[in-house]
Amino acid sequence: MDNYLVINNNQTVLLKDIPVLNYEDFLSLNTSFIDESTRHCVNYFAYKLHNKLKLICCIADDSNSTILLSSSEINVDETEYPSFTAKHLSFHIFEREIHENFGIKYSDHPWLKPVRFAYDRHDKNSTIDNYSFYQIDSEELHEVGVGPIHAGVIEPGHFRFICNGEQILHLEIQLGFQHRGIEQLFLNKTKLLQRTTLSESIAGDTVVGHTSTFVKLWESLCNYKADEDIQFARTLALELERIAIHTGDLSAISTDIAYQLGSSVFGRLRTPLINFFQIWCGNRLAKGLIRAGHSHFYFTKELAAQLENTLNAYEKDYSEMWNVFKELPSVLARLEKTGVVNLEQATAIGTVGMVAKASGLNRDIRASHPDNNYVDLKHEPITKRHGDVYSRTQIRNNEIEQSIEYIRKMLQNIPEETKERAPLSLPAPNSFCLSLTEGWRGEICHCAITDEKGDLMVYKIKDPSVHNWLALALAVRNNEISDFPVCNKSFNLSYCGHDI
Amino acid sequence: MINNIKILYHQGKQYIPDVTKVEVPGVFRGRPEITNEIVDVNTLVELCPTAAIASNPVSIDLGKCTFCGECAFKFPNKIAFTKDYKISTNSRQGLIIKEGDVDPITLNPDLIRKEIYSIFGGSLKLRQVSAGGDNSCEWELNACGNVNFDMGRFGIEFVASPRHADGIVITGPITENMAEPLQICYDAVPDPKLIILAGTDAISGGIFADSPALNRSFLNKYKIDLYVPGNPVHPLTFINGVLELLKRT
Ligand code: SF4
Repeated sequence: MDNYLVINNNQTVLLKDIPVLNYEDFLSLNTSFIDESTRHCVNYFAYKLHNKLKLICCIADDSNSTILLSSSEINVDETEYPSFTAKHLSFHIFEREIHENFGIKYSDHPWLKPVRFAYDRHDKNSTIDNYSFYQIDSEELHEVGVGPIHAGVIEPGHFRFICNGEQILHLEIQLGFQHRGIEQLFLNKTKLLQRTTLSESIAGDTVVGHTSTFVKLWESLCNYKADEDIQFARTLALELERIAIHTGDLSAISTDIAYQLGSSVFGRLRTPLINFFQIWCGNRLAKGLIRAGHSHFYFTKELAAQLENTLNAYEKDYSEMWNVFKELPSVLARLEKTGVVNLEQATAIGTVGMVAKASGLNRDIRASHPDNNYVDLKHEPITKRHGDVYSRTQIRNNEIEQSIEYIRKMLQNIPEETKERAPLSLPAPNSFCLSLTEGWRGEICHCAITDEKGDLMVYKIKDPSVHNWLALALAVRNNEISDFPVCNKSFNLSYCGHDI
Repeated sequence: MINNIKILYHQGKQYIPDVTKVEVPGVFRGRPEITNEIVDVNTLVELCPTAAIASNPVSIDLGKCTFCGECAFKFPNKIAFTKDYKISTNSRQGLIIKEGDVDPITLNPDLIRKEIYSIFGGSLKLRQVSAGGDNSCEWELNACGNVNFDMGRFGIEFVASPRHADGIVITGPITENMAEPLQICYDAVPDPKLIILAGTDAISGGIFADSPALNRSFLNKYKIDLYVPGNPVHPLTFINGVLELLKRT
């Protein structure tokens, strides 16, 4: 037990209590950890420490709600290190990031493809404009380049297809266009409100998910326990965000298969849900709602009554639409067996959230590492087996129904507003904290390290999309290129959450 | 078929009949009003996350404001956000609300190029470029075209290609990695063309303003036709701003 430290979700520990191993032991410990299928890596990152590089690996054990921490310190020189990825592919993205940012060389990493061309990357000569994509030399094949700017009103990213006729042989995705340097800004901006604003902007479609992760982490660093009414509001908002976005996704999926009725009806059904956020906190995407140690927007009985009406009206029209949608042959013909990620692939690449669950991999922080009201809700994740576009569509439907049920349950027992809140103190010095939240896309993980004065020294953000983009690239293989949009929509991954 | 008709019937009328007059629900934070009350100005200026508040006279720059509302919570007698969503304008200066200002925000007619009405008055096609946007403004711009807001009824639409567009709508603080694609896209739009900045991040960089990962040099080269503040922009702010821009002056 002495070569790693066991913590729980949202727990702050002293940095020096995380064991420092030599690299070989560090590698074998963490790669053997995830030989167990209940374990996966939630974050693995590096930062400069004097003239060395400190590596910290965080493995979640879903069977007992723990997180296993270990670390290593390596030299930044010409040494080539054996990679974790050679043993478990799911580490690929973390090691690519470490390589890109710090120039660490790996002897056996299969593909050190740049992650996001961060402004402070190691090799400034490698730019997003001169990146050379994977190519196949052949008379029969052709390439299709899409983006970074896409046809719809969406974020930028480049997709490079290698096709055999209409069929996709290979897709390479290049991201990084959205890189805003957020992790560094978390350190530079020292006011709490600035940092909260930053967390609201990590991915503007997951405001509740990312902001609650930040505030949970911050409160833990300050040894502060959020009052019951605040915990309640955060849980409720997270489930409401899930219903709203899933509904919007069903509209987008309908659009991409030219199913006009579904597109309009699901689209308009989202409106009252996000308008409810505006009624509650003045912003349709819930910006302003979640704050560390306090809240400007207590969830009142009047709001509860309004939400209940909203959900009642929603549910009637929603289920009428879904019941037609789910049986329409022209819909099913496009969604079934399209864009398949099987369980083996989903596990190997370390998918999380909806994407994992659609392929039968049970990953859901609400059940495995619960906090706030999830402890009482006893969430049971919904999984599917086929891993196709239809499974990812069905998961949304099931989760919408489930979240409505949770909200109804919560509305029966609304906590009184705490009038006198304890003040938030300063973060503990020399500490490490990790916070996990199941956003609508999946697992969000933030990690922070403070220095001897208690100032933030490292801030690491991991959106679930970081794991799942590779799943999209695999899913479209052997599919018609015309099915790419609906495949993409069924994943609905974040560009800015990935590029940070 | 019968089922489809039933569904259609059950939706009722979803569109907003008059997008220029409708009242928005809830505690929406739109155009702020600042009273002449004497307060501790230093504290007020300090609390703002994006340095949107200036002193002497006290003012809020809507191009920098994230609409977090903190200033109004701390100084309720000094600052109040009204539900007025018509906050778009065409001069950078016009976004600065000073103590005592209670008039609606409008466009400066002298700054609107004459060809805008004559060429785009009946139909305006826009290309959207997200350059580091967090997908909240993009979301709301998409919502402009949904059955509720139905911007298409005015002949205003987002199109897939810059070649089909009459102008670009930029969201996000403009990252270094998007600087070149943005330029290429703009160059591909035929003349005459508009530039609209949608959202606080695009107008000033917002919370990202001093990030080393940005490259905002594009904005130094061209005249901006419309600033649409918001975090994110509200669909009604966007639609009303564009309608004002296209009006016969
Ligand atoms: S509402 Fe605007 S002006 Fe007021 S504190 Fe927030 S960002 Fe600053």
